[in-house]
Amino acid sequence: MSDIKITIIDREGQRHEVDAPTDMNMNIMEVCKAYDLPVQAVCGGMAMCATCQCYIISDHDLGERNDDEEAMLWEASFVKDNSRLGCQIPITEDLEGLVIELAPEE
Amino acid sequence: MITTDILIIGAGPTGLFAVFEAGLLKLKCHIIDALAQPGGQCTELYPKKPIYDIPGFPEVLAGDLVNNLMKQIEPFQPGFTLGERAETIDKLDDGTFIVTTNKGTKHHTKIVAIAGGLGSFEPRKPTIDGLEKYEDKGLAYMIKDPEDYRGKKVVIAGGGDSALDWSIFLADVASEVTLVHRREEFRGALDSVEKVEELVDQDKIRLVTPAEILDINGEGAVESVLLQHNDEAKRMEVIECDAFIPLFGLAPKLGPIADWGLEIEKNAIKVDNTLDYQTNIPGIYAIGDVNTYPGKLKLILCGFHEATLMCQSAYQRIFPDKRYVMKYTTVGGIDGFDGSRKEAEKAVVKKIGNKQNV
Repeated sequence: MSDIKITIIDREGQRHEVDAPTDMNMNIMEVCKAYDLPVQAVCGGMAMCATCQCYIISDHDLGERNDDEEAMLWEASFVKDNSRLGCQIPITEDLEGLVIELAPEE
Repeated sequence: MITTDILIIGAGPTGLFAVFEAGLLKLKCHIIDALAQPGGQCTELYPKKPIYDIPGFPEVLAGDLVNNLMKQIEPFQPGFTLGERAETIDKLDDGTFIVTTNKGTKHHTKIVAIAGGLGSFEPRKPTIDGLEKYEDKGLAYMIKDPEDYRGKKVVIAGGGDSALDWSIFLADVASEVTLVHRREEFRGALDSVEKVEELVDQDKIRLVTPAEILDINGEGAVESVLLQHNDEAKRMEVIECDAFIPLFGLAPKLGPIADWGLEIEKNAIKVDNTLDYQTNIPGIYAIGDVNTYPGKLKLILCGFHEATLMCQSAYQRIFPDKRYVMKYTTVGGIDGFDGSRKEAEKAVVKKIGNKQNV
């Protein structure tokens, strides 16, 4: 297992290319926090706050939203078709080259 | 005017435990929280989720932890200003503070301890134009007193536990309850979902899904809401009501505290040391998730530790000439402000068996 590179576009439009480990059971929200990107993650990763909402910019297939994620995104603001909760997306090798953009804060 | 020794802003676990530690030092506490009930994130976001890293509790539900903390601080009779957000702070010449809430409630205190987690949890508001003019005039984002809705026609919107629980509760209080949700599925405790289904069958709750409220109408107060059915026809419907309660969860905001002149770093309040968690304004402390310092860990257990040290420092600030010697509760017991006393049972054994003391 190795690190993958993902690109995170912050709310000022700045691109951050970061290394994300695939062998530490991390998710996108945790990677953002590890790099001090402004993701609050109020609920700590339980899909209960939407403060880690991001837009998937690249054409990676992340699979369907799970029920919790879907329900949370129904209640959140600034939701687009490509919205996902960072906390519900585990880092895997398939995500090499993923580009995401942080959704605006509510 | 409410007066207290320590005014705690935030009723999460850290704020609640600070009441206990202050109580041991015979300091009186009062707590302000923007939410209608104590517990902060634990109560509002994940009351039924287990926490595994509270010392002495191999596993405890967040809601139970809050209930236990409330029980633990009971002897110290804290005051609560709930459902109001700390808005302004004024420092008086004698070094004390006046903190005023968004509803105008004033608190006079010697010490301010901000235990606001990630800020005040503000309700998520639906995107409806002119929403503000109905606030507190039939439109509410939280229910402070269910009796306010007795005999009234109530529309609740939302799909989580709060929407389900309050629909169930108000079914016996209000004259009509309509529950509107944008999806057909609800995310809540299974028994709550089943209870709502039961009440729908009994015509005690009208359930409208998938649908959303697009507008509020009324002269000076809520008189009706405009609902759109999310079916193919996008049919519109006007529901007459006295109250509209959207329960869409909460979003954290540091809020007005950010304008109090405190040093802020990355949405957190900087404390200059880990000696007592005092901010750049003497007399104002920041404890728990709301503060930042080198090595900070946002854990409930760290918040408990910070609350303890904060109280010791607050005591010294209030009584600069007194020297307090920390006592273990196993030795000193607990003297509640309500006259109650807890202490270890004492036993004196003068003689064991048949052996006489010589």
